[in-house]
Amino acid sequence: MTQSLKRQKHKLSSPEGQIEVLDNVTPIGIPTFESKLSELGHTTLKPTTIEVFQVNVGKMCNQVCAHCHVDAGPDRKEIMTKETMQQCLDAIEGTDIKTVDITGGAPEMNPNFRWLVEELSAMGKEIIVRCNLTIILANLKYHDLPEFFRKHNINVVSSLPYFTAKRTDAQRGDGVFDKSIKALQMLNAVGYGKENSDLQLDLVYNPAGAFLPGDQTTLENQFKRKLLEYDISFNNLFVITNLPVSRFLEYLIRSEKYQDYMDELVNAFNPVAAEGVMCRSTISVGWDGYLYDCDFNQMLELRVKAASHIAHFNIEELTARDIIVNQHCYGCTAGAGSSCGGTTV
Amino acid sequence: MKDSYYNREDLKKFGEITEWQKELGDKFFDYYGSVFKESALTAREKSLIALAVSHAVQCPYCIESYTSDCLKKGVDEEQMMEAVHVTAAIKSGAALVHGVQMMNQVNDKLM
Repeated sequence: MTQSLKRQKHKLSSPEGQIEVLDNVTPIGIPTFESKLSELGHTTLKPTTIEVFQVNVGKMCNQVCAHCHVDAGPDRKEIMTKETMQQCLDAIEGTDIKTVDITGGAPEMNPNFRWLVEELSAMGKEIIVRCNLTIILANLKYHDLPEFFRKHNINVVSSLPYFTAKRTDAQRGDGVFDKSIKALQMLNAVGYGKENSDLQLDLVYNPAGAFLPGDQTTLENQFKRKLLEYDISFNNLFVITNLPVSRFLEYLIRSEKYQDYMDELVNAFNPVAAEGVMCRSTISVGWDGYLYDCDFNQMLELRVKAASHIAHFNIEELTARDIIVNQHCYGCTAGAGSSCGGTTV
Repeated sequence: MKDSYYNREDLKKFGEITEWQKELGDKFFDYYGSVFKESALTAREKSLIALAVSHAVQCPYCIESYTSDCLKKGVDEEQMMEAVHVTAAIKSGAALVHGVQMMNQVNDKLM
């Protein structure tokens, strides 16, 4: 894949097109997520607290990954303005929100990315940057990113779907594995992921196909052993389930695996994971300042049931809101659960 | 009846075998679950063994199940194929070692 679904004018590039597929539960014979939740006694899903403020600073990316729920890529030009970033800073200043999770696309491609990080750093927030690794090598102007991350003590969270080139490149593009290895070595060189270092480097594993991820600890041990062959060390491996949204949904339908995958998600529904879903403790901000329950709802343009723009951020109202659920939510409640921080059970 | 003896959808009905003999069916599934738990062998090692045995017994249901299970457990393509070669080596070895029986017979029958 070299173009986003949007550039291809694909039906599933629109939120409406995706929701139409997800809502059509009768032909595939699965219960609605809402009905599953009601079995647990939840008429609505409510937040606990807002601990994580996740900011998607844009859909622009140097990669076009086959599973991307953002439908990100070089042809996506939607990025957050400095004015909207300032509104984000104003919204969280003085609140108990400790963690700001910056994502994209490749967030570093936003020209105001470094300014945002510097402002957050000055506010004393814990900062996560979801770095795709290859951006570090994509252009000379990004080569100093490891040093920039170190300076602001950023928790770097990077996707690496597998420890072989074949499976990684199949999902993320030709040559991505080799570049990712080089970028990880550069991060290690400034102290990331090293023993006795507080510079946190976490990796994200998501299955390179229509299957659920296995045990997080087992996979983490394998990744650590295999990456040591490249002299790479890291802290944690976060295991994430692919949700049937955007390109992964398109892949499921095109390969006629949608029914089987949804069956697998529903059969693996875990009530404990349902209690701990990340949307209960997260608020997600889109590139244009609109607010969502999570990054997936953002891509489906399901805005929060509250004042829904960062300009009108009201933490009390948001904490009392009803979270919007749909069939894709089965992805976060399957097995050991799934969130941006890995399993939840 | 379907035209084929094997129907992929039947795998989902495996649990229904308990409906006609609950006690034995339940015992089997309890036992099955226990066998595949992490113990002296890891769950990953057991999954690879199961994949190899699936090929030995040539059960398409088992091959699909344990291919998926191996993928979930992070097993790579090369490891899975090596497991199948273990099956092939044992099966071909089992045929060939009987060649000694053939040789014994020949030696017995000829002057």
